[in-house]
Amino acid sequence: MISNLINRKLITLFKVQYSNMLEYRVEIALWAISGIIPFFMLNIWTNNNLNESINISDVMLSRYFLCAFFVRQFSVVWVVFSFEEDSLMGKVSPYLIQPLNPFFRYFAQHIAEQITRFPFALIIAFFFFIFNPESIWIPNLGILLLSIVSTFLSFLIQFLIQSIVACLCFWTEKASSIERLLFIPTLFLSGLLAPVVSFPAYVKSWIYLTPFPYLIDFPANLLSGNETNISGGLSMQILWIFVLFPLFKKIWSEGTKKYTAMGS
Amino acid sequence: MVQNIIDVRNLSKSFDISSKEPGLKGTIKHFFNRKTKSLKVIKDISFEIKEGEIVGFLGANGAGKTTILKMLCGLIYPSEGSILVSGHLPFRRKGNFLKNITLIMGQKQQLIWDLPPIESFYLNASIYDLDKFEAKKRIKKLSEMLEIDEELFIPVRKLSLGQRMKSELLAALIHEPNILFLDEPTLGLDINAQRNLRKFLKKYNKDTNATICLTSHYMKDITSLCERVICVHEGRISYDGKLNLLLKKLSPVKEILIVCRSEKDATRLESSGFTVKNKIKNEITLKIENNSITSSLKTILNNFDIEDLFINEPPIDEIIGKVLIKKDYDI
Repeated sequence: MISNLINRKLITLFKVQYSNMLEYRVEIALWAISGIIPFFMLNIWTNNNLNESINISDVMLSRYFLCAFFVRQFSVVWVVFSFEEDSLMGKVSPYLIQPLNPFFRYFAQHIAEQITRFPFALIIAFFFFIFNPESIWIPNLGILLLSIVSTFLSFLIQFLIQSIVACLCFWTEKASSIERLLFIPTLFLSGLLAPVVSFPAYVKSWIYLTPFPYLIDFPANLLSGNETNISGGLSMQILWIFVLFPLFKKIWSEGTKKYTAMGS
Repeated sequence: MVQNIIDVRNLSKSFDISSKEPGLKGTIKHFFNRKTKSLKVIKDISFEIKEGEIVGFLGANGAGKTTILKMLCGLIYPSEGSILVSGHLPFRRKGNFLKNITLIMGQKQQLIWDLPPIESFYLNASIYDLDKFEAKKRIKKLSEMLEIDEELFIPVRKLSLGQRMKSELLAALIHEPNILFLDEPTLGLDINAQRNLRKFLKKYNKDTNATICLTSHYMKDITSLCERVICVHEGRISYDGKLNLLLKKLSPVKEILIVCRSEKDATRLESSGFTVKNKIKNEITLKIENNSITSSLKTILNNFDIEDLFINEPPIDEIIGKVLIKKDYDI
């Protein structure tokens, strides 16, 4: 019963946010294009034959970076910036006195934006295959489904991390500065610039204890067909969600007590 | 007997405020050694509000009236004291409580900017667990009351302020709350839009017996809607009671302009024992206490040759202005 009500609320939220996102289709196309860092990295790797040092073929490497691009497209999160602005301008106040946590609105916004992004990401992939026809492959259905699940879990982890940081707005007002601290490890340790397998062994062992490699590296390896520990990766993603979710709930409940409803 | 729907006891609220000296030196000092102090903005206030009452909160800017509303609706956490609204502790923000209240802040919007208001209405309806049929019925009813129709299908960004405010009201009332917290609801609206909004609120209160807590700097909002006012001065309640009693107390006399048939009559009236404000030729302005208006006018009309007379009510803004700067009114 309760889950039905939540689902109805969420479905309406998705529909409304999707309509809203369609108003911004040009911006979303540009955001999709702006996410092509993995293709630059692919160029650097292949031009310098760096893949030989980690025993990955050119084809597998290009598939990896294409998948990294896709995973990134569907796991990019900006909730900290939206929440910070809404919180400082008092826009979050009307949402706080509604019987739905305001983060559901941001969550729906992200999902709606991902759906809007999807066709643009497909077009970019189409052009990628035109220039790299040897990289064309069709993943089997099971792997494809697991990759979608893994990408969604990656999105959830990033959403929870940023939501926790966003809640720091209740104390510091400029929580996005803290998010910038996380940007560097996310960039280097997530697999966006280089597959995590390319790091030295002792560094790798530490990296795998953090949530970062499960954001892009694991789902991208899974989808591209590179060798990866599927059950281990998925378990770690779920574990991080179980760690982060209660932390978010706690910080949210403490933070709202500090809310001063500035700007309203 | 009408029950109390809001019960506030010894409520206080403090905010941590950091201050900075001007100039570069002050900025550097502020960067390395930030000093914050606790500022008590609401100081030990108590009051009750009965179901169906419309209560106006009056006070100068920064007096604390908006902070009180924010605590009543559960938006901010009280530092001390207790609040019970409809049997709930507001700051816990339980679903049953939130479904009973609404908060409308003038110039602050919850409608989605790029979409027509109707989309936000259906979204709110689902947030408040209304099915589509019920939502449609309520949107129709409220849009008729608010006299909006085509505007429902135009993107919010293209609506005028008045149309937007009406849409905001509809979005905030779709769940038919029992308690309305209105913070400057007519801010920025033109005179007609203000009048329509007041008319709507009066009707909503009459039809649903909803309790309304209202802050406004427009005295017309207060005088036409509120029988009772709570005056807030520097975080304390300086007056809590009937508005007409306050007005009588603060303005015990009326000014009466009398036009006599001749200057001689005016001179005779001037020396007849009434308090005279001024006299110009055959026109004389008297100050007469409210409780003796009838008898005084009878005496004047019987004994003097009067051509015309005008009773001037003192401007209400002026009277309320006195309240805002005084600490206590014992009536």
